[in-house]
Amino acid sequence: MKHPNSLRPGLFRRMLKKPAALISVFLLLAIVSAALFLPVFLGSDPHLTSAKTFLPPSLEHPFGTDLNGRDLLARTLEGARISLLVGCTGAAVSLVIGTGVGLVAGYAGGRVDALLMRAVDVLYAIPRLILIILAGFLIDPWLQKNLASFQEGRWVGYSKIGILILALGCIEWLTMARIVRGQVLSLKTLPFVEAARVLGQSRWNILLRHLLPNLSGVIVVYLTLTVPAVILDESFLSFLGLGVQAPQASWGTLLSDGATALNPVRSHWWLLLFPATAMSLTLLALNFLGDALRDSLAE
Amino acid sequence: MFGFLARRLTALLGVLLCVLTLTFFLIRMAPGGPFARERKLPPAIEQQLLAKYRLDGTLWQQYSEYMSDVLKGDLRLSTKYRDRSVRELLAQSLPVSAALGGTAFLLATLLGVWLGSIAAIRHGTLPDALAMLGALALISIPTFVAGPLLVLCFALQLGCLPVGGWNAPTSLVLPAITLAGPAVAAIARLTRTSLLETLQAPFLRTARAKGLAENRIVYVHALKVALLPVVSYLGPLAAQLLTGSIVVESVFNLPGTGSFFVNAILNRDVFLLGGVVLVYCVLLMVMNLLVDVTYTWLDPRIRLEA
Repeated sequence: MKHPNSLRPGLFRRMLKKPAALISVFLLLAIVSAALFLPVFLGSDPHLTSAKTFLPPSLEHPFGTDLNGRDLLARTLEGARISLLVGCTGAAVSLVIGTGVGLVAGYAGGRVDALLMRAVDVLYAIPRLILIILAGFLIDPWLQKNLASFQEGRWVGYSKIGILILALGCIEWLTMARIVRGQVLSLKTLPFVEAARVLGQSRWNILLRHLLPNLSGVIVVYLTLTVPAVILDESFLSFLGLGVQAPQASWGTLLSDGATALNPVRSHWWLLLFPATAMSLTLLALNFLGDALRDSLAE
Repeated sequence: MFGFLARRLTALLGVLLCVLTLTFFLIRMAPGGPFARERKLPPAIEQQLLAKYRLDGTLWQQYSEYMSDVLKGDLRLSTKYRDRSVRELLAQSLPVSAALGGTAFLLATLLGVWLGSIAAIRHGTLPDALAMLGALALISIPTFVAGPLLVLCFALQLGCLPVGGWNAPTSLVLPAITLAGPAVAAIARLTRTSLLETLQAPFLRTARAKGLAENRIVYVHALKVALLPVVSYLGPLAAQLLTGSIVVESVFNLPGTGSFFVNAILNRDVFLLGGVVLVYCVLLMVMNLLVDVTYTWLDPRIRLEA
C-alpha cells in the first residue's frame, strides 16, 4: 500500500513545475558546480598570500582580496565546498539518528517510546549551541586518536571539520525524530502493518520494508530543510571561532573576517558582501526547495 | 486547573534535574578544567583553587554537593569572574537581555502576524508572493550577517543610530531589528499557512452569513483560531530571545546574558553554565505553560490536561 507521505513517482516532476523550485534547483547546481570545478579553471590558490591586501573587486580579483592578500573568490569557493560538505554530511548523520529513534519510539510504543521522547524533551530544553559545543569537546580526543592512526595521519588537518559534522549531526536530529515518530504512530494502526505482522514478518522487516518507504516523502522534505539549518549552525560556530580553523575557510569564518574588517574610515564591504550573498542564496534556494517539496507532497 | 499545574510543575522539576545533571557531567568530562591555563599552575595552588570552589573530590561528590546547593537557592561562585557569584552575574545581565529580547519579541510577533495575515487574505496575489519571498530571504540571512550590515548602513553611513553599547534607548533599535528578523519570517509563514486553512472552516461561512464585516471576520474570528500554531512557536521563541543572543551582543557590544552561554563553556565555568542553563530551562517551561493556557483562551474547545 502506498501512503500519501511516500516518495510517489512524479513528486519531483510536480515540484519542478513550480518556477521557484526550478530556479532553486538550477541555482544550487550552479553553486555546487562552481564550488567544485571553478577553482580548477581559475587556478587560484585560496591560501596563497600576497602583498596586495584589501584590494577592491577588479578583473584580476573579481571578489577583491582580504587582509592577507588572498583572493576572495577562491576563498569563497573553498568556503562553499566546506560549508556544503558539512551541511550535507551533518544532515545525513542527523537523518540516520533521527529516523532511527523516531521509528523505534513510534513502533515500540510504551516505555521505550516514553524514555526516548523524554530524552528528546530534555535535549530540547538545553540551548542547542551548548550541546553542539560540548559534543564537539567530547568527540575531539576520540577523533584525533583515530585520525592519527588512520592512513598515517593524513587526515589530521581535517579533524575540526569531522568534529563539526559529527557534533552537528548528533544534535540536529531531535525534530526529525519527533516528526518520524508522529508519522509512525498513525501509520502503524493501518491494516497493511497489521497484515504484515499477521504474516509473521519480523519487527525489523516491518520497520524497514513497510514503514520506512511510506515515510520517505516526509523524511526527504525535512532533510532538505535540515541541510540549511546545519549550514547555518556551522557558519555560526565558525563565526564564533569554534568551527573551521584557519587557513581553511568556511562561509562562517569569511563572514566573521568581513564583519571585523568593517570600520567607519574605510569599509571593506566586499569582504562581507560576497560571502554573505553566496551563503544567503544557497540557504534561500535550499529553503525554497524544501517548501516546494512539502507543497508537492501535500497535493 | 490545579491538578494540571501540579503535574506540570513536577514535570518541570524532572526536566530541570535531568538538564542540570547532563550539563554538569558534560562540562566536567570535557578536556581541560576551569583553572587550566597555558602556563600550568603549580599542583598545590590548583588543588587549593579546586577546594575553594568545591570542585575537588570525586565527580559524584561534586555533583551531589552542587545539586543540594542549587536546591537551597545557591548558584555558587563563577570560576572565571573571580569572587562574583553566578546570581550576581545573572542579575546584572538578564535585564539587558530581557529588555532587548522583549522588544524583539513584540516586534517579531506584531510584524509577523500582520505580514502573514496580509499574505493569507490576498492568497495568490503579488503581495502574498512578495511577503513570502521576503520571509524566506529573512530566514536565509543569519543574524551575524544582518547585524554588521545594519551597522554599516544605519550607524556608519547614515550615522542616525548608535553603533553599539548600552546607553540610550536608541541603542536598542538595531539589535532588536537584527534579533527579530528571522523570527518575523517564521511567524509570518506560520500565520499564513494556518490562516489559509482556517479561512475554509464552516464557522467563518456562518460569520459571513450573519453579515459581519470582512475585516471583523478575518481579524477577530479567523485569526483567533489561526494563531494556535503560531502561539506554540512563540513559547520557545520567547525563552530564546529573553535570554539573549551571543551574536547580537558581540556585534553591538551589549552586556547581556547571551555571551555567557558560550563563554562559560569555553572557560569551563561549571556553575555559570549551570546558572544560565537553569534560567533558560525554567523560562522555556514557563513559556510552554503559558502557551497551553493561551490555547484554552484562543480555542475554548481545548481543555487543560497534562
